[in-house]
Amino acid sequence: MNIFQDANRRQIAGRRRTDWLLHILFVVATSVGVIALCALIIDILIDGIARLQPDLFTNFPSRKAEGSGMKSALVGTIYMLLIMAPVSFIFGVGAAIYLEEYAKKGWFTRMIQLNISTLAGVPSIVYGILGLALFVRLLALDRSLIAGALTMTLLVLPIIIVSAQEAIRAVPKSRRDASFALGATKWQTVSRSVMPSALPGVLTGVILAMSRAIGETAPLVMIGALTYVAFLPEGLRDSFTVIPIQVYNWLSKPQAEFKELAASGIIVLLVLLLLMNFSAILLRNKYQKNV
Amino acid sequence: MLNRKSFKGILMSAMVAAMVFTAACGNNANSGNEEGAATNAPTNAASNAPSGDVKLSGEIKVDGSSTVFPLTEAAAEEFNKEHPDVRVPVGVSGTGGGFKQFCAGEIAIADASRPIKDEEATVCKDAGIEYTELTVAFDGLSVVVSKDNDFIDHLTVEELNKIFVTGSTVKTWKDVRDTWPAEPIVFFSPGADSGTYDYFNEAILDKAGIRNDEAITFSEDDNALVQGVSGSKYGIGYFGFAYFEENADKLKVVPIDGGSGPIAPTYDTIKDGSYAPLSRPLFIYLNNKELERPEVKEFANYYINNIGPLAGEVGYVALPDEQYATEAAKLQ
Repeated sequence: MNIFQDANRRQIAGRRRTDWLLHILFVVATSVGVIALCALIIDILIDGIARLQPDLFTNFPSRKAEGSGMKSALVGTIYMLLIMAPVSFIFGVGAAIYLEEYAKKGWFTRMIQLNISTLAGVPSIVYGILGLALFVRLLALDRSLIAGALTMTLLVLPIIIVSAQEAIRAVPKSRRDASFALGATKWQTVSRSVMPSALPGVLTGVILAMSRAIGETAPLVMIGALTYVAFLPEGLRDSFTVIPIQVYNWLSKPQAEFKELAASGIIVLLVLLLLMNFSAILLRNKYQKNV
Repeated sequence: MLNRKSFKGILMSAMVAAMVFTAACGNNANSGNEEGAATNAPTNAASNAPSGDVKLSGEIKVDGSSTVFPLTEAAAEEFNKEHPDVRVPVGVSGTGGGFKQFCAGEIAIADASRPIKDEEATVCKDAGIEYTELTVAFDGLSVVVSKDNDFIDHLTVEELNKIFVTGSTVKTWKDVRDTWPAEPIVFFSPGADSGTYDYFNEAILDKAGIRNDEAITFSEDDNALVQGVSGSKYGIGYFGFAYFEENADKLKVVPIDGGSGPIAPTYDTIKDGSYAPLSRPLFIYLNNKELERPEVKEFANYYINNIGPLAGEVGYVALPDEQYATEAAKLQ
């Protein structure tokens, strides 16, 4: 009896140890990401906080580090968002509604579905090449704000479609059945029953896609967002620049003072990203209460 | 009910936002900015306006070499102080990328860190684009090693060729000169799309191409090259003079013997041409048709007449004054 108990105890102790070890492992795994992020943020804050002055936002870029600002880049990014958000919302959510609610399930929709999922994983530079060929050259939009915004729209569309589809799919079928039972048409069902409860998820997807887009550089370099822009775009056909490109430009300058500017540019970009993610959370919470 | 409203509300506000934005943009483009709506004409319509007292406006697109970028940026910045309504956006696509756009008629001015190649000139010619070439400043390609490198005193052009040429068998410093340590060399070079690569290839390697093996690192980012060389005791690399000058505390520049004794790059040796063969001229190419627009002509004149003092400010070497006069005469 005693022998069995001992063996049992040893076994249990062994299991406990494994449990404890794995616990530590998982904590380490989690903290690697968090610590790396903290280190990055602290490093950037140390470099960039000194240059985070009002003139960073009111000055145009300059060859001299002390007078250089990111006015045109910040405004360029915001304008691009303003064009991108409604266009990608309408097309992205429209496509999701079609695929989930209207389209007949068959090989054709399955193929579209497969394509969209694949597109979501295509490297962003490929969208740049597509944008260059389609918007800049074929549609002759030149290297303009609208060409950049449309290219970015293409980039985020698959992400928006996939996340909107998931949100719509999560709406219980009983809601649709109830609506149809009351004699509602398809659109009435979609707009009054399905979408309101899917909206928090849809909006979160849209906003997160937007925040991916404002950090993208590669496709915009491809379609020629310019490096030195000392004016604000006044129309859709105007030249423009965005924050990541401005940061890249500052980093590639030989003078060390520009590195501080680049760091403060990164802070601005981070704050913008956090604000967008925060508003995604706010929106989600607000609408979730209503459902 | 609330839900339905909010969904529709969002749809509506998205659409309204899109329309308002489009309309606002359209409006602005036509009415110009707050200072002078009357004199501010849309981009192309300015071509008929006489130059002189009339306020210039319009857009002058520039793209090309990242080496020439700081010069054009400086010129554009100063020019804008006198002509705030002229927009001069400057891009960085590399010399080759700049010529591609230039010969497609997409830009007015191409920045170039080497003269136009024959095949590029053919493309331009086929597209009916005539151009004017202006030399704007000198750069001295600087060959650098780490500060910790205490044995290297100078390199001859032949040695440089031996080190960097395609198929080179040089692996350690001992392979270059017998008295040097048998430590493996770490090589750094700008990427193949840059004019700097092209110039080095032509001046040092007789167009044989730079070695491309596991020991060499290419980067389009000159700061990455600076980091690389300064961080490896037995490294060697080359880039524009401005990047050496700003990092002189971390790097050691190698005097180059082009046949008349070793000479290190300085403002003086680059300017008088004695730092040969690695001092190189930098260019801008102007589309002759665009030059008919008064704002482009004015900008070109401004550029060539003012770039001398600006060049030193951004780490390049000005041409002798009389050469600027010769270059300016090309515009007449």
